[in-house]
Amino acid sequence: MNLFSHITDYTVFFLRSVILPWRLAKSKARIAEQVYNVGVGSLPIIFLISSFLGMVTTVQLSYQLLAYLPRYYIGAAIGRMVLIELGPVLTALTVCGRCASSMAAEVGTMRVTEQIDALEVMAIDPYHFLNFPRIIGTLIALPLLTVFSEFVAISVGGVYAHLFLNIPLSVFNYGLIRNFFPRDLFGGLLKSVLFSLVIANSGCYFGFNVKGGAKEVGQSTTYAVVTASILILLLDFIVALVIFG
Amino acid sequence: MIEIREISKRFNGNVVLDRVNLTIKDASLIVILGPSGTGKTVLLKSILGLIPIDGGDVLYDRRSIFALKPGEIYEFRKQVGFVFQSAALFDSMTVYENIALPILEHTSLSTKEVRERVKKILEVVGLPNREKLYPGSLSGGMKRLVAIGRAIALEPKYIFYDEPTTGLDPVMRDRIVQLIINLKRDYKKTGIVVTHDLETAEAVGDEIYMLKNGKISKLEKVEKRFYG
Repeated sequence: MNLFSHITDYTVFFLRSVILPWRLAKSKARIAEQVYNVGVGSLPIIFLISSFLGMVTTVQLSYQLLAYLPRYYIGAAIGRMVLIELGPVLTALTVCGRCASSMAAEVGTMRVTEQIDALEVMAIDPYHFLNFPRIIGTLIALPLLTVFSEFVAISVGGVYAHLFLNIPLSVFNYGLIRNFFPRDLFGGLLKSVLFSLVIANSGCYFGFNVKGGAKEVGQSTTYAVVTASILILLLDFIVALVIFG
Repeated sequence: MIEIREISKRFNGNVVLDRVNLTIKDASLIVILGPSGTGKTVLLKSILGLIPIDGGDVLYDRRSIFALKPGEIYEFRKQVGFVFQSAALFDSMTVYENIALPILEHTSLSTKEVRERVKKILEVVGLPNREKLYPGSLSGGMKRLVAIGRAIALEPKYIFYDEPTTGLDPVMRDRIVQLIINLKRDYKKTGIVVTHDLETAEAVGDEIYMLKNGKISKLEKVEKRFYG
């Protein structure tokens, strides 16, 4: 199968999963379950990664900028970097590694154990039953996780700057607020919305199309994570060009 | 009535089904017998539209399933119960949730009514008070019984059984055979059983067919064909 037919299949799979008829009433519990799995389940790792992200960014910026620029620029730079780029991308890549793989494994196992066939014979559309809640659940959870990640990274960065770089919080906040542009925040959130779609769709797509057994299910998780990661970076570049370019 | 007309299916050039013809009358149960790997499951899935066929047609009450629109195929499948060889239970759901799923998806029954129906189904299949168990904690035979329970949850007109007794101990096999007979007798279900188990075939089948080399033929007497 060539790249073009893969892209076509991937897109058709996504559309097939989210187009009408929406059965939101029947999907509510399954969507909530996915929001919990993706969102609440990822909170500890996102907190950890975002904390280190905030500290590392602060250290690097102070090393590169403090000799040339006023101290409040640290707050401004951290805020903008985290909101535009680091928050959405690192959160998405983390959730991708954690959730795209588990979705591919779960759906793939259902495929090889005939559970998806069982849905078909029960007249339950597996696209709507399995994929729709995962896509919508990730769509809800990832932007919220991104906001959480950004809040943690900036807060930890500010506290680190205060404790170890002798930059008062008031100075850090001054730079942060003075250089806050809503476009930065919404551009980052737009990225996270797009990233959520490729994470969930990759997990479901590669799981859904597994043929074989345990080995192929394992491979599907790798394909899901690699594909979603590449698409995240590609979309990141495209959105950067369109909004910030 | 189910009419299978000239169904053909090949995999990688190998003929699995070669212009198979078969008619299953209402409220009758036929058995398709044959060694493993002869295409029995392929036939079963083909006549449900789960596997695309290369040629032929399948008519349910004189209506071709291949002429159905995408929405209509799901409507049609509500009339069908399918018992998979692997049981294919949803392992993240309890026994109750497995059986209740098609009811919740396709009916507007209240929670209490669903609970009562599931309870009744579990009594029919001989597994009362097992609602809260997960498939992982069930034996192979119990999984098949739950799968039969799930298959009859929507009170379908047709039930298809894929190797329902394979790999089970004699006691559990007899229990499932009796359940299949009861469902046919008491609920007038039209059904197909595919199996390679001669005893099961003789016990449940109104008619027995042999699938071999892609061709299907009616057996008048199982022992005669196999043993002499």
